[in-house]
Amino acid sequence: MTLLDVARGPALEFAFAVFAIGVAWRLLSVLLLPWATERSAKRPGTPSRAMGAIGLFVRHLWPAGPFRRNALFITLNSYVFHLGLAIVVFGLAQHIVFLQNAFGVSWPSLPSGVVYVVAVITLATLAAALAHRLTSPVLRLLSTFNDYMSWFVTAAPVATGLLAVSHLWAPYETLLAIHILSVALLLAWFPFGKLMHSFLVFLTRSETGAFYSRRGVEI
Amino acid sequence: MDATINLDAAVRTFLANTEEHLSSYLEACVHCGQCADACHFYQASGDPRHTPAYKLFPIVKAYRRQKWPLSWLGAPKVTAADLQEWEELLFDTCTMCGRCTIICPMGIDIATIVSGARQAFAAAGLGPADLVAAAENARDHGSPLGVTPEKFKDRIEWIADEHEVDIPLDKAKADILLTISSIELMKYPDSVAAMAKLLNHAGVSWTFSTKGYEATNFGYFAGRPEIAKAATKRLVDAAEAIGAKTMVIPECGHAYGVMRWSAANMLGRKLPFQVLHISEFMAQLKREGRLKLKPVAEPITYHDPCQISRRGGCTKEARYLLDGFATDFREMTPTADQNWCCGGGGGVQAIARAAELRYKVFKIKMDQVEATGASTMISSCSNCRLTMDESKAHWKWDKGIGSLVELVADNLIEDAPATGKPTA
Repeated sequence: MTLLDVARGPALEFAFAVFAIGVAWRLLSVLLLPWATERSAKRPGTPSRAMGAIGLFVRHLWPAGPFRRNALFITLNSYVFHLGLAIVVFGLAQHIVFLQNAFGVSWPSLPSGVVYVVAVITLATLAAALAHRLTSPVLRLLSTFNDYMSWFVTAAPVATGLLAVSHLWAPYETLLAIHILSVALLLAWFPFGKLMHSFLVFLTRSETGAFYSRRGVEI
Repeated sequence: MDATINLDAAVRTFLANTEEHLSSYLEACVHCGQCADACHFYQASGDPRHTPAYKLFPIVKAYRRQKWPLSWLGAPKVTAADLQEWEELLFDTCTMCGRCTIICPMGIDIATIVSGARQAFAAAGLGPADLVAAAENARDHGSPLGVTPEKFKDRIEWIADEHEVDIPLDKAKADILLTISSIELMKYPDSVAAMAKLLNHAGVSWTFSTKGYEATNFGYFAGRPEIAKAATKRLVDAAEAIGAKTMVIPECGHAYGVMRWSAANMLGRKLPFQVLHISEFMAQLKREGRLKLKPVAEPITYHDPCQISRRGGCTKEARYLLDGFATDFREMTPTADQNWCCGGGGGVQAIARAAELRYKVFKIKMDQVEATGASTMISSCSNCRLTMDESKAHWKWDKGIGSLVELVADNLIEDAPATGKPTA
C-alpha cells in the first residue's frame, strides 16, 4: 500500500467519519439543550421570529455604517478567502472527479488556470489573516491554540494543493498524498475547533435576530 | 486559592443558566476581535483586555470544562485567580449596552452572556462592593438609595407642593401605575413632577403606590437574580392590586429593559398589563393629538439610552416626539441604535472605582455632541443623565444635559384640553 493509497483510503475515510459524527454531535449537543421560553409581550407590528432571524442574518453579511471603515480589511479579506476556498474546492476538475466518485454528483469545472490563480489569492488572504492576528494587540490577546491550529489546517490543503499541481519538490504522487492527508487533517480537526462557526453562524445570527426583532430593533 | 471565592457555585450557577442560545454564543466566537471597535471602554482605554470577546474567557473556560461535548478531551479548570481578574472586566468595563452585537459577524449577543456571567460571579461571592450594597439596599429597603416607603411618600408630597402638581398616591384603583427611579426622586425631582404633569394633562386615572414604586433593578446588575425577581414582583403585585392596565416606566433604561422584556420570564408568567416607557407614553399622546407643545428653537441633540433604544426598541419614539417640537434637532454620528453608550449603564454608574474610566468614555460623547453643534443633549434615562452630569463636571464641559420628559412637560400647552379616550 503506497502513501497515496493510505491517504485516499483509510486516512480520508477515518477523517470523514470524525468530521460527520463530530459535527452532528456538537450541533445536537447544543440543539438538545433546553430552549429559553419567551413570555414577554412582543412589540406590536414587529416581524415574525423567522423574518427577524433572516433580517439580522442578511444585515450582518456586511459591517454596519460606523464600523465599515475599520472592518473593511477583515471583511473583504474574509469574503475573498471564503469565496476563493469554495471556488478551489468545488471548481477544480480533479476535485469534481473525486467528489463524483465519493458522492455520485458532479457539475462543470472551471479552467484549471483560473482555479490556480484563485488558489494563490486564497493563500494570500490566509497569510494576511495570520499577519493581522499576529500584529494586532487585540487579536494576539484573544488568540488561542485553537485559532492557530484552525488556521494551519485550513491553509495546509491550499498550499499542498498548489505544490501538487506545480509538480515541484517531490514526485506528483507523493505531493498528492500529502495534499489528501492535509485535507484529512482539516476534516478531522473540524468538529474540535472554531471551524464549527460555519454551522453555528446560522444558529447565532438567527437567534440574535429573533431576540432583537421582537423588541422592534434592527441591528 | 482564595477560600472566600466559591468557584463551584460560580460554575454551577453559570451552567444552570446555559440554555441553547448561550451555548451557541459561547461556541461560535471566531476571535476576530472586531467587537473591540464597538466597545466604548476599549475605545477609551485602548486596553486589549477591554475587548468584549475577551471578557467572556472565564465563562467559555467553565463551559468547555463542564458542559462542552468535547470536555472529555481535557479542558483547563477555571481558577479563583481567573475570577478575580475578570471581576473588573465583567462589572466595571461592560455596560451590557449591546453595541458589540452590531459588529459581530457571528451575531453573538455578548451582553446576554455578561448578564449570565455576572450571576456566576455573584454566586462565587464576587462583585463590586458598592454595586452589591445597592442591590441589597433595594432588597432590604425597597430602593438602592434607601428610599423606604415612608421616605418615598414624604418626597412625593414635597415634589407635589414644590411643583404645585397633583400627585395621586395609593389610590385603590387606577388604570396606570407610575413608577420612579430613585435617582430621579433624589437628584432629578423635576422629572417626577414632569411625569405627573403629563399624566394629569392626559386625563387618565393613575397613581403611585407605596407598595411598589422603585423601577430600578440593581439585583439585575449585581448578578443577584433573587433580588431582581423580588424587585420585579413588588412592582407587578402593586400594579395588579390596583387593577392597572398599564405600568409606566420612568426615564430609566434598565428599568424599562427589565420590566418590559425580562419580568415575564423572571416570574414565569405573562404580565397582565402593558409596560410603556414614558417616551412611549408621550408618543402615544402625541399620536392621538393630545400633546400640544410650544416649539423649542435651541439646537438639541438626543442621547439614545442603550436599554431604551438599541435593546429596548423605543428609538423612534423619541424622534417622533422631537419632530416638529425641537425645531433645530440634530442627530449625533453615529446615532439611534448605533449610538455610543454614556459609560454608566449596567450598574457601572454605581461602581466608584470605575469613575476614571467612565470619565474617559464620556469624551466620546462630548466629541459626538460637539460635532453636532447642539448646545444641549437630552436623554430619556436618569442613569445616563447622572453619569453624564458627573462626567460633565469632571471635564468642566459647557454643554447642557437635560431630560426628554422635562423638556416636553416644560413646553406643554396646558390650555389645550386633553380630549379623546384615555390611553390605558
